[in-house]
This record gives sequence, structure tokens and C-alpha cells, in this order.
Amino acid sequence: MSLLELTDVTRSVVLPDDRVLHILRGVTVAVDAGEHVAIVGRSGTGKSTLLNILGLLDAPTTGEYLLEGVPIQRLSSRTRTVRRGRDFGFVFQQFNLLPGRTALENVTAPLLYARGKQFWGRTRLAAEMLDRVGLGDRLDTMPEKLSGGEQQRVAIARALVRGPRVILADEPTGALDVETGGEVMDLLDDIASQTGAALVTITHDLAVAARAERQYRLAEGVLVPITLDTGSHWVGDVPTQVADRGGAVERRLLPGTSTSTDDDVQGVHA
Amino acid sequence: MTGIVGALVEAWDELRIHKLRVLLALIGVACAVTAITGVTAVVSMLSQSFSEQQERQTGRSVTITFSASPRTESAQADTARLDATYRETLERYGIEHASRRFYTNVEARFPDGTQPIELQAVDAEYGTLMRLVPDEGRWFTDADEGAYAPALVVNETFLRTLGHADLSSHPTVEVGGDHPVLASIVGVTADPYPDAMPSAFVLYGQYERWLTGAGDDAAASMGPWQPLPELMAWVPREEHRALQKQITRDVQAAVPGFDVWSSDNDWDPSMIDGATKWVGIGVGGFALLLGGLGLVNIALVTVRHRIREIGIRRSFGATSSRVFFGVMLESVVATVVAGLVGVVLAVAIVKNIPVDRVFGGGIQDMPPFPFSAAAVGMAAATFVGALAGLVPALFAVRVKVIDAIRY
Repeated sequence: MSLLELTDVTRSVVLPDDRVLHILRGVTVAVDAGEHVAIVGRSGTGKSTLLNILGLLDAPTTGEYLLEGVPIQRLSSRTRTVRRGRDFGFVFQQFNLLPGRTALENVTAPLLYARGKQFWGRTRLAAEMLDRVGLGDRLDTMPEKLSGGEQQRVAIARALVRGPRVILADEPTGALDVETGGEVMDLLDDIASQTGAALVTITHDLAVAARAERQYRLAEGVLVPITLDTGSHWVGDVPTQVADRGGAVERRLLPGTSTSTDDDVQGVHA
Repeated sequence: MTGIVGALVEAWDELRIHKLRVLLALIGVACAVTAITGVTAVVSMLSQSFSEQQERQTGRSVTITFSASPRTESAQADTARLDATYRETLERYGIEHASRRFYTNVEARFPDGTQPIELQAVDAEYGTLMRLVPDEGRWFTDADEGAYAPALVVNETFLRTLGHADLSSHPTVEVGGDHPVLASIVGVTADPYPDAMPSAFVLYGQYERWLTGAGDDAAASMGPWQPLPELMAWVPREEHRALQKQITRDVQAAVPGFDVWSSDNDWDPSMIDGATKWVGIGVGGFALLLGGLGLVNIALVTVRHRIREIGIRRSFGATSSRVFFGVMLESVVATVVAGLVGVVLAVAIVKNIPVDRVFGGGIQDMPPFPFSAAAVGMAAATFVGALAGLVPALFAVRVKVIDAIRY
């Protein structure tokens, strides 16, 4: 049994003019504990929507999502929220640190929703986690006084402080230079492997994706497994040196969506 | 447990971080609570001051005064029996505070000659009944009853006419007509009005022993129509009507041939505070409403600015209810703090009021600080906080998590 398992998942929304916009189309993917999976794709291809569904921030329109074998439809909204806080850690491209709070307070924030020892020992746990990401001497520093790399490390510490089983990283290096991005990914990989957490990275950076054990490409809502190496790069919408194991991705117009365009998709995902 | 503590910690953190916003929003609330609490306290003091002034004139509320007048010229009162009846009546009805009172005039020897003075013969309890506190010296005690010379409590004019500025020289004065007696002055009361005549109080027992029939007392001047000493009794309000009838009957039986009548000083001290209190609450309530509206306004603007933060918290596992109560608690915690500040301010103001100057005659029994008003102010502030938090809290809950994170 996989930790996360999506089977034929779709996600569509009805636009104000009653057209149906298909964001994800028949996505099937499974993630096991401790695994590192990368999903690449250009902007507006549905990567974030997929990540939101995986992180229980959104729900599929059709298809099945099993969380440790349990269909999430069976879970109440409250249970999904509680499990999101307990089992998932989010790392965002723009760090999303809470303004006006120190690094320590930012890392403490998720523990306010925990129970028992995690709640009562939140300050100590947060300090330990910041120490672990190399910011033990910046506990009381405000985010705006930290560099981009340091801010992302605070975000990583915050994502990991509750000991999640899955880390969902949405463009974690998107706001960083290449070198800093590499350091952040090293840290993320190290901590994920140390804690045994699954790491799902969404990125358009093929070098970042190449670090994962498995890679997927998301194009126009369709997820296909690919193989990347460190020399991969984008040519148009397609990474080169890609061994496409799932067949070519075609742009199809589904029934009822004859007006669906890339622009529509980008409009939703931008 | 952790949920509640967590929500409180979160709310407090928000307030701590947005100090200036909170401060601005809450000044109005704090002022309103100060107004509600302070006005209620001042009204209590005003009411108490008014009551005490009334009681200095007519006795504690409710004091019943029983008087007897001869029905015919030949009516003869047995004053010993009357005294015994008074005593028995007080014992029978368990009345603790009562005094006889007898108005008369006696002569007093002043340095510039003999002069008639108003004399009231009363019991020691009269001081309690009439809230009589001498400005200098003391009021009578039971020990004065057995003294070998009568003790007097005189007014300022009396003392001045006697040629003394104060009691430091332990002044004495001769009172009485043909057989004067040397009385010692133990206390001085303020003149009841400007240009008052010299007057004095003496204990009833002392009067009977030393001064009965002295000089041209009013009783003697009235010949056979001699009045009898009154009885003043301080009784519980709820029983005073029944007691008034019963005691009148008892006294009447003791003095046949006399008409016994009674009067009371029943007045409702709460009447004064009724109106003033409502004015205070009205002013405070209006201030609270304005403060609350300001709070709603600022809270709404703040929540709109904090949508992203709310989204991030939802990604941490903050449930809708937690977000709702978190946002609402911010407002409630803030207003509770403002309420506390308001109460402290009100206490500081009330405790520093120059009572003697503001309330003529001062206040003998200072009313306790109206903690009920403080509680009402706090409750009102909390309620306004909850109301002010409700709108932004509903707004915060309705935001979609994904949209909020990208906001």
C-alpha cells in the first residue's frame, strides 16, 4: 500500500461563462514513504493543482485519492484538515513566512495546531529544527533580515517541525539563485531522507527534478513518467534527453471543451 | 485544552505583533469602559452623598419619629411610664438604633452675659441616627451618662461665643437658670447654617438629672400643654409601616389623654441613581458602540490584509473553527485587555476624586467601588469584541485556502 495514491484523478472547474476548464486529466501516480518524486511542467500546466490535491488543500473532481489506503472522500473536512497539518509539510516558492514574526515564531506556528508534547514543547522543538537547518543563531531574526536561502530554510524547518510523512515542495528553488537553490535542495533531500518523509517536488527546473528518484512531466493536465538527467533542458514545452515512458503527450480537446486553450489553463494556474 | 490554549496564544501573538493597530482600535473601547464604570461609581458616590445629607437632616432611612401632645389642658403624662414604654417597645421589636429627643431652651453663661441657647436632649444613639460626627472632639458615649457633670456637644457659634477657638483648653460652661450646673464641652459640630444661634446637645439622662425645669425651657413656657420627648427609631424599610402602627398603638396606651402621632422619612435613595445611572450607561454605551464600530472597521481591513497568512495557517492544519475563533479571539482578547485598562483607569479616577470638595459634606460611608459596573463594562467590552470579531472571522473562514495562499 502506497502512502499516497491517485488513480485517474481529474480536476475541472466551471468558468463564469459556463465552460468547463479541465486542469488535470486522468492523473495516476503513487508515492511511497521515503520516496522523492519530482513533477515538472511549464507554468499553467496544473502542477500546483496536483500538489494542492496531494496536500488535501483541494479535492479531485473525479477519480480516487487514497491516503494510506483510505479514500479521502471518506474523511470529514475536519479530519482532512487535521491530517494535512499532521502528515504534510508545505514548502512554497515564495517561502510564505508569517510577517512580523521571528524565524523561531514562524517555525513554532504549525505546532500551535499540534497536541500534547508537540504543543507544549513547541519553542524547544522549533529551535532544534532551526538549528538543524543551520539557523540556530538566527532564531530571533525577522524574515526580512534573512537572505532568500535562509528564508527558504526557515520555511523548510517550519514544514518539517511537526515531523510530516510527506513534504510537498512547490517550486522550492524558484525564488533562489542556482547555487542557493542547490543548497536548499541538498538540505531538503537530507532531512527528508533522515526523517523518512516522502518528498514531492514540483518544479520547472529540470536540474532540481533530476535529483528525484522518479520524475513525471505534467502537460495540459496529463501526467506522464519521464526520465531526466542532470543535462536535461527544456526545448519548447518538452525537456530534451527525456525518455518518455508513457507515450507522447498530445493536446486533446475533450468533449464539451472545444474552446479550452493553454491561455485558459494558465489563467487558472498563474 | 491545547486547542483553546493554542487559539489564545495565537490571538495574543497577533495583538502583540499589531500593537499600534490594536492600540488605536481599543482606545475607544477603553474609554467607553472607563465611562461606564467611572460614571456608575460617581453616581454611587453622588447617591450616597445625597442620602447622607438627607439622613443628617431627618435621620437614617427609615427613621420613625413618635411624638405625643396633650389632648386637653388637664392631661398629665407619666413620663416614667413613657420612658419604660419606649424601652420595652425597642426591646420587643429588636430595634437597635433609637433615641429620645427633647427640644428646649436653657440659659448659658457666656463671657458677655447670660444668653438662652437651643438645647437638644438626646440619647447617645442619636449620633448614629443622624450621622452626627463632631468636627472636633467627640460625640457622646454611654460613659457620659454616669458622669458627675453634664457633657455638651455644641455648635461652632456656641464655642466662639464662649471665647474659645477649639477644645484644646477643655472648655466648660455654666448652664441652667437658678441652679446652674457646670458642663464640659466634649465636641463641636459645624453650624447647620450661617448666623446660627448657639446650640448644644446633651444626653437625655444628664438633662433629666441636671437640667429639668431649668430656666425658661420651652416645655415650662407651654404650661400645661407640655410636650413629651419624642422617640426616634431606625427600622428596616420593609418593616417600617407595620412597626409604625404597632409602636404608635403601644405608646398611645402608655400616655392616655395624649395624641400620639408618628412620621417617617421614607424616601427611596435609588430614585436618584436611577436616572443618573441610565445617563451614564447611555453615554458609555454610545462610546462603546463607536469604539466597536471602529474595531470592526479595522479588524475587517486587517483580515483582508491577512488572507495569505490565514491560508498559510490553514496549510498547517488550522481548521475552519480554529481560524474563526482565532480571528474572533483576537478581537475579544483585545477588548478584554482594553476593558481592563478602562476599569483600571476608572478606579484611578474614582480613587482620586477630592470627595470633600466635590460632594458637599463629604461621604461618611464611602460606597465600595462598583465592581458590578466594572463587570458590566468588561462584559460589554467583551461582547463588543465578539461582535466586532464576528464579521472578519466569517470573512476569514469563507476564504478558499488555495486562493488565500496565493493572495
